[in-house]
Amino acid sequence: MTIETRKEKDMDIHIEKGQKITGSEAVIFSLLEEGVDTVFGYPGGAIMPVYDVLYGYQDKLKHILTRHEQGAIHAAQGYARVSGKVGVCIATSGPGATNLMTGLADAMIDSTPLVAITGQVGSSLLGTDAFQECDVVGMSMPVTKWNIQIKDAEEIPEAIAKAFYIARTGRPGPVLIDITKDAQFGELGFTYEKCHKIRSYLPSSQIDPKKVSEAAELINNAKKPFVVFGQGVILSGAEKELKQFLEKAGIPAGATLLGLSALPSDHPLHMGMLGMHGNYAPNVKTNDCDVLIAIGMRFDDRVTGNTKTYASQAKIIHLEVDPSEINKNIHADIPVLGDAKKSLKMLIEQVNANSHDEWVNEFHDCYKKEFNRVIEKDIHPTKEGLTMGEAVRLTSEATDHKAILVTDVGQQQMIASRYFQFTQSRSCVTSGGLGTMGFGLPAAIGAKLGAPDRTVVLFAGDGGFQMTIQELGTIAQNNIPVKMIVLNNHFLGMVRQWQELFFESRYSFTEIQSPDFITVANAYGIKGKSITKREDLSSAINEMLGTDGPFLLEVKVEKEDNVFPMVPSGGTVSEILLGPEDL
Amino acid sequence: MKEEFIISAYTENTIGLLNRITVIFTRRHVNIESLTVSESALKGISKFTIVVRTERALVEKIVQQIEKLVEVLKAFYHTNDEMIYQEIALYKVSTETLTSSNTIEQLVRKHGARILEITKDYTVIEKTGHEKETQDLFEGLNLLGVGVLQFIRSGRIAITRSPIEKLSEFLKVRDAILSKQDD
Repeated sequence: MTIETRKEKDMDIHIEKGQKITGSEAVIFSLLEEGVDTVFGYPGGAIMPVYDVLYGYQDKLKHILTRHEQGAIHAAQGYARVSGKVGVCIATSGPGATNLMTGLADAMIDSTPLVAITGQVGSSLLGTDAFQECDVVGMSMPVTKWNIQIKDAEEIPEAIAKAFYIARTGRPGPVLIDITKDAQFGELGFTYEKCHKIRSYLPSSQIDPKKVSEAAELINNAKKPFVVFGQGVILSGAEKELKQFLEKAGIPAGATLLGLSALPSDHPLHMGMLGMHGNYAPNVKTNDCDVLIAIGMRFDDRVTGNTKTYASQAKIIHLEVDPSEINKNIHADIPVLGDAKKSLKMLIEQVNANSHDEWVNEFHDCYKKEFNRVIEKDIHPTKEGLTMGEAVRLTSEATDHKAILVTDVGQQQMIASRYFQFTQSRSCVTSGGLGTMGFGLPAAIGAKLGAPDRTVVLFAGDGGFQMTIQELGTIAQNNIPVKMIVLNNHFLGMVRQWQELFFESRYSFTEIQSPDFITVANAYGIKGKSITKREDLSSAINEMLGTDGPFLLEVKVEKEDNVFPMVPSGGTVSEILLGPEDL
Repeated sequence: MKEEFIISAYTENTIGLLNRITVIFTRRHVNIESLTVSESALKGISKFTIVVRTERALVEKIVQQIEKLVEVLKAFYHTNDEMIYQEIALYKVSTETLTSSNTIEQLVRKHGARILEITKDYTVIEKTGHEKETQDLFEGLNLLGVGVLQFIRSGRIAITRSPIEKLSEFLKVRDAILSKQDD
């Protein structure tokens, strides 16, 4: 290990209750009271008072300086995703704050608990178009669960307590606190009380036992039940309950992209990934089942395709914590509102022990079909050019399927999600809802710091990697041992694929020129290697994993490979295509 | 099929919450026909009354997304028939034309309006009612050739026809639920 393993530190700050401190001290002390030990950020004028206090508490609060505020917030996301803790990032006013917007939108749509603290100009300058002033609160409203602007130092502790409570309870999400410079300098008597309730906010509903009974009865009488599970299982900590439920009732299950790793990949009832580029069986069987049990997933359009033809033959049970998700996209015959861990526990007691061997075998038959037409070529290719799939397979094997997978966005994201194997939860960090290119590299930084004892492997494309390539500087300065693989096909692959399939191969601005990535890595003082031949792949991966410290492996892959299977946009999930010839 | 709906919400009285709520309508491309916000019977709690014209399925989703907001206590919707509602309109007309004929006076009497203020130059008439009624008076005044010098319509306020649990009761029940919940 080359990063310092943090020892248990005495978190008590010895200040008297009510002792006079400044607003910026209150910020730092409040973060410490919330158990924060790592923050990601970038200083600037309007947040300098906070940074000044931070300077004296570096042994208690580790701050990672990124190279762009977007890097800071994506890192905070990666940190939160693997650890389950609230990710924290700090930025200055104006452009610092606006650079957080993408990350906030990403965290909002992927339900990641984050607290973002931004500096703001002095309160007397608000609304005057002052230097580096902008309406952060106004801009971030649609992309945060809650936000607030603080002009008075006395309000800081309560605001931070509220922020953490809102960020991590119910359906998690990002929260932003905008603190004016005078509030940071202002004085207050410090007391801290964690927030335990807000009268206008109900994190999760009380579970209706009648609904659970109805659901259990439906499941017990089902001939072809199918479970679709998503990130809600992970957020609720319900991995064990999911496994118990599936095993007791003998029900096959499919995972959404964000649900991956909630169930070990090799579990006999894990039938694969759902969605546009998911596995054949889960997609086809969705329109064959008689009871669809949705757990902690939101029927995203990538999963449903055309909602009119999605599971229309099935009765749908929806275990969900957010009431506004019930019947938002797909009608639920039996909605079970509440926390998944609790509702699954209740459901397990009422479902009968059962098995559906013949039904499960139908999934296996589908898998064989997919294997012959798609998978074999992806992960055991015989042609000369390297495929993304084989790089993913070999890396997964080389890490014993114990690594955390972080991906960027695009073809490599889909291939990695399909072929990387997971043995434990919180092992897949990817930008699902927003699909933010450039997410991967900074998220991998955060993931490594959030799970320092685990290997973190990043798969990125040549396009996405360049979007946040400056974060190599963060890796270098802090010696963060992320293992990075750039799958370089010299194209913006996913867009090129669509142009090939739907726009008569008019490759409008998808051909992208990249630098020599290894030279760039070396310039940052990071080791790397570039390979083009199959015989070098295995040893290169081992070299990457065996090297102490960060490593960049560039794998030059086939330029115009396509990701299949594919449900065309707005298509019917059971009509998923196994190849372009099926179009 | 588009219908008119009245969306009501009880919220905390926080700065910026109005923005958060209206953004939900913008996102769904739904226009707000009228909007009233004022303090409810309980101090510190605001009441929003929002009128929209849209499909029922969409209104249901919008209301759930409003209720999801941290500072919103509860939100619900009704059709016009399910509520008793009023709007106020003010009409400024020239006093000369008012006093030169008695037709305006009869019109005002017929519509159950009242005179708020009379000066040498202008008179302000006030009418409370539904949109159609205030509109009828407006058109009536214009038809007389006199013309309304200035006109304004307020947002709608509404009360449900059905007995509904009191806000104070709701808060007590909510507090009990939250106290039982472990983080």
